[in-house]
Amino acid sequence: MSGLRVLVGCKRVIDYAVKIRVKPDKTGVVTDGVKHSMNPFDEIAMEEAIRLKEKSIASEVIAVSCGPPQCQETLRTAMAMGADKAILVEVDPATYEKVQPLHVAKILAKIAQENKIDLVLLGKQAIDDDCNQTGQMTAALLDWPQATFASKIEKTDGELKVVKEIDGGLETVTVKLPAVATADLRLNEPRYATLPNIMKAKKKPMDKKKPGDYGVEIVPTHKVIKVEDPPTRQAGQKLETVDDLVHKLKDQGLIPS
Amino acid sequence: MAACRRFLKLSGHLVSKVCKYPRSHALQSRTMVTGSCIDPSLGLNDEQKQMQQLASDFAQKEMFPHMEKWDREEIFPVDTMRKAAELGFGAIYCKEKYGGTGLSRLDASIIFEALSYGCCSTTAYISIHNMCAWMIDQFGTEEQKQHWIPHLASMDKFASYCLTEPGSGSDAASLITSAKKDGSDYVLNGSKSFISGAGATDIYLVMCRTGEAGPRGISCVMVEKDTPGLSFGKKEKKVGWNSHPTRIVSFDDCRVPQSNLIGSEASCSLGAAQASVEQARDHLKVRHQFGSPLANFQYLQFKLAEMATKLVTSRLMVRKAAVALQEDSPDAVALCSMAKLFVTEECFQICNDAMQMFGGYGYLKDYPVQQYVRDTRVHCILEGTNEMMRMLVSRDVLKER
Repeated sequence: MSGLRVLVGCKRVIDYAVKIRVKPDKTGVVTDGVKHSMNPFDEIAMEEAIRLKEKSIASEVIAVSCGPPQCQETLRTAMAMGADKAILVEVDPATYEKVQPLHVAKILAKIAQENKIDLVLLGKQAIDDDCNQTGQMTAALLDWPQATFASKIEKTDGELKVVKEIDGGLETVTVKLPAVATADLRLNEPRYATLPNIMKAKKKPMDKKKPGDYGVEIVPTHKVIKVEDPPTRQAGQKLETVDDLVHKLKDQGLIPS
Repeated sequence: MAACRRFLKLSGHLVSKVCKYPRSHALQSRTMVTGSCIDPSLGLNDEQKQMQQLASDFAQKEMFPHMEKWDREEIFPVDTMRKAAELGFGAIYCKEKYGGTGLSRLDASIIFEALSYGCCSTTAYISIHNMCAWMIDQFGTEEQKQHWIPHLASMDKFASYCLTEPGSGSDAASLITSAKKDGSDYVLNGSKSFISGAGATDIYLVMCRTGEAGPRGISCVMVEKDTPGLSFGKKEKKVGWNSHPTRIVSFDDCRVPQSNLIGSEASCSLGAAQASVEQARDHLKVRHQFGSPLANFQYLQFKLAEMATKLVTSRLMVRKAAVALQEDSPDAVALCSMAKLFVTEECFQICNDAMQMFGGYGYLKDYPVQQYVRDTRVHCILEGTNEMMRMLVSRDVLKER
């Protein structure tokens, strides 16, 4: 079998260090003029794909992003890290607000089929909506096996051996290829893109598509009613003695009296 | 979402070290300038933004958590610099042909600004190293380039630039260190002072007199570390710039082959000033006095506005000068002098004002702002004092045309 063709999802999200602000009309969060970067879990998925290529297990790594034109920056970063080419599925900003995991999964499934992909590698979830659905839905649509929350990926004969972190331990699964895998936090530590690779990424090919090209219509299946700030933390109280503390805790029903 | 973000922040995976409050606080403030007038990425193209992001990620993760220790223990962070070199920071504006990164001066200034956020002193040395690599790339022979550029680009060898002498500083034309031809060699005699990296670096690019008196008789000769006759003075004790040693370098009948003849900073201040403004801003929001956050006091608001204005004007000046230098335009010398003069003074002032805003805390070494103040102070002195810069600018203005 020749090298695997790997498709990696690269979502553009609000940077993890940004303090999130809710829009005054509570329809969502403020994204204008806010720093964005690649979803950290997708970055881990991309790193894993590049490592597979460096070990000659993968032959080609394709990065894909669905979203507004600014997603090109995310894809350039992916290519600076080492992806061979990129596909931007462009969605105008207004429509993008309606894009849900199912739409992205449908697009990914179609791209995987068109490009004869052997392995779809995604982040386990995006840090903006925390959906944790796209990988699973993509696998279902393709009727491929799925190995989610991977913290170790090994290729054996025609199969992938994937270690996943579960409550209280590790679970090892094997999946036949083609398959969908999603990356957990400890799968690897993504590299820095180097200056020469940033320059080279400029010349790598980027295809521009629309959801319609993959027969996908962006019609939301569910509606967001409102987005709210988490409640602000109430001020604490200083107590003189341990006895006071125990009393207080009992009064509040926080420990059995 | 919030839980996940917090997890990522604390995981040590994306932020290599969680430090005690003041530092981690400053560390997390990094991205909060997006969309603000002091955002250093404004006006850059996509590649430059990516390079800046790379440099600032590197500064945040690999340098900032250690800058206090490097300063305190006077560590020359060889491993960190080699890691930086792997990303292409060792020979940024050398040609790609011999292993350089092949970028422009402007790109380099953007990178140095971003790096200096993480440690001004270390970045200053990296910029000197880059200049030495460029000198070889630009003026060296084919053999010199082939041999040295790969070593310098990877920083497996480090370089120092030796111009200043005990008796000649900015008046470089009066230097007396001599290189006399003897058979196929040059024999060097004299000494150079305030040499950054001296003792820890591998090659020394020495400006010395090979001919007549005055500026025309000066050449650049390369001396390798273990050459007999090359010796180093004691390590100087400095106010700042402690992450690289500074020593006198002496040449006593130091013999090098004639083939070692090689034909013939302001960005670091910016990063330090940027960091100081951001940290002061965060402090003003957190610190309460007289029942109100400091950020509500008009005096401090105005002061902060002045600092931001100085920061942005300084950045424009550096970028303009970098472009002039790259294009070799006739006003390059004057513009670079103006930039050096203006930027190093304004940025030192910004760091100093930021320290003032921190009150007593600013004077404690627990807070990074004092280190930016110490590390930027020297920028007004070295590489041609700012008085010399004034001279160069006035000379250009007064010149009969």
